[in-house]
Amino acid sequence: MTKTMRAALSLLAVTVALNTGVAVAGGDTARGENIATQGNGAGALACTTCHGPDGKGNAAAGFPDIAGLNADYLSKQLHDYAEGTRKSPIMQPFATALTEDDIQSLSAYYQSLQSPVSAVAYRAPDPANQGEWLALRGDWDNLIPACNQCHGPNGMGVGNSFPALAGQHASYLKGQILAWRNGTRNNDPNHLMKGIADRLSEQQISAITEYYAALPEQLAGQAEEKENR
Amino acid sequence: MNLCKSFLSVAASSLPVLVVSTLVHAAEPEVDYQKQLPAAPEGQITFEPPQERDIPDNQYGDMVRKGRDLFVNTQQLRGKNVFNDQNCVNCHLDAGRIASSAPMWAAFGMYPAYRGKNDKVNTLSERLQGCFTYSMNGIPPEAGDETLVAMETYFHWLSTGAPINQALPGRGYTKLEKPEGGYDREHGAKLYTEQCAVCHGDDGSGQEVAGQVVFPPLWGDGAYNWGAGMHRVNTAAGFIKANMPLGKPDSLSNQDAWDLAVFVNSHERPQDPRRRNQESLDSTANTFHNHDGFYGKEVEGKRLGDHDNYGENPGVASK
Repeated sequence: MTKTMRAALSLLAVTVALNTGVAVAGGDTARGENIATQGNGAGALACTTCHGPDGKGNAAAGFPDIAGLNADYLSKQLHDYAEGTRKSPIMQPFATALTEDDIQSLSAYYQSLQSPVSAVAYRAPDPANQGEWLALRGDWDNLIPACNQCHGPNGMGVGNSFPALAGQHASYLKGQILAWRNGTRNNDPNHLMKGIADRLSEQQISAITEYYAALPEQLAGQAEEKENR
Repeated sequence: MNLCKSFLSVAASSLPVLVVSTLVHAAEPEVDYQKQLPAAPEGQITFEPPQERDIPDNQYGDMVRKGRDLFVNTQQLRGKNVFNDQNCVNCHLDAGRIASSAPMWAAFGMYPAYRGKNDKVNTLSERLQGCFTYSMNGIPPEAGDETLVAMETYFHWLSTGAPINQALPGRGYTKLEKPEGGYDREHGAKLYTEQCAVCHGDDGSGQEVAGQVVFPPLWGDGAYNWGAGMHRVNTAAGFIKANMPLGKPDSLSNQDAWDLAVFVNSHERPQDPRRRNQESLDSTANTFHNHDGFYGKEVEGKRLGDHDNYGENPGVASK
């Protein structure tokens, strides 16, 4: 996309209303890829501008890794941005500029990209590894369930409501936990995250977000170790 | 209500050995294994189980870890001792440590327990076998089997410093008085859709990912069977109130918890295994189901438990 096009499109961004027509079941991934790489020509810039060519985001900027996320989850987030029930000065204008068809196509496309982890057999966590312990066992003395109890084995995500955490940038995860805590993000189903975010200590937030960010690498290392044995 | 008042926990005694043997030989009908132990005393929960980082590095410690892993990941026994989608930890949160979900450190010291109703002393092994038979819709490991040894060793370690033969505050599930005005299944259904379906699914079948159960089924073939303690409305209500939704304990009112328990437990689930040795649904219900449950009751025009679906359980252990 050219520079002038981008400038023109961003002007349009706020004025184009979201098409709230009938949801397209199972979006068109080819069309989604097209929008992701080139924008929709109606105000939404190419997603790759911030989320990178493969959807992996940007740790330094806190742009999340959206590759392989559940399509219904992504679709809900885009709708929430468009409706203002999830806030982001960057995402809200773009989401508003997307049609329903665009949202479905983009969600299907990003779901089709490779996720960073898959499930592995159960392995007991190491009590000395605070992040791993929180992920697998939680901190029940402070009423914090294990993150994987909802986000699935290896934090790989479950269904359309519990997004994958493994491989997600620590900066983004940290930002979301703080947003739940201070109320600027509150679009979680049944407000399941709010209380947990409130009860996590600063130190726990660092430990758990760094654990998930590094998990794919750690698992790959373990797999290699096993192979070389 | 009497049952309600004496209701306490999963820590009831059982006759699982008899149950096993009756799968093969015809035997006398068993009595209600779910007769409750005396209530836990009121008061502050002061007992604290030891920390896992302190499990000793020796054979005992290895057995503790093995038992803990079986408790957390009971699905490793699928097809052998477990024939549904449950793990022990689903109902005994935090690997059996939490006071509001029938912690193992409070159960351990209560066994062996004499029970007037079956005029028999039940060991902890037998109690555990009961869990396998009903909650796991399974075939229990035989007495002395390493699975039971490991689990009991884990419980023994959790109970380090706990008194023997003395009910501790925090034992069993939270006791919840039945609402005076009764319960409302419709309201339970509405609450279920609003607060539970996101995890357990609209059809109660739970959710799994990559072949691993994440959210356990609450009814249907993957759930606890009609003989499990959790199929009782009062037990489930106490569990729900204190623990559900996950991360939001005590967020529901007593009425809500009861209505939800009624809704969840008035769905079909694998047949009560004791039905195999009973003549009819009526005799099974009359012998074993004189409590707060829906077994044999008519719901939405259909009588619950009127089927011969035992889930995946083949009825006899394969040799």
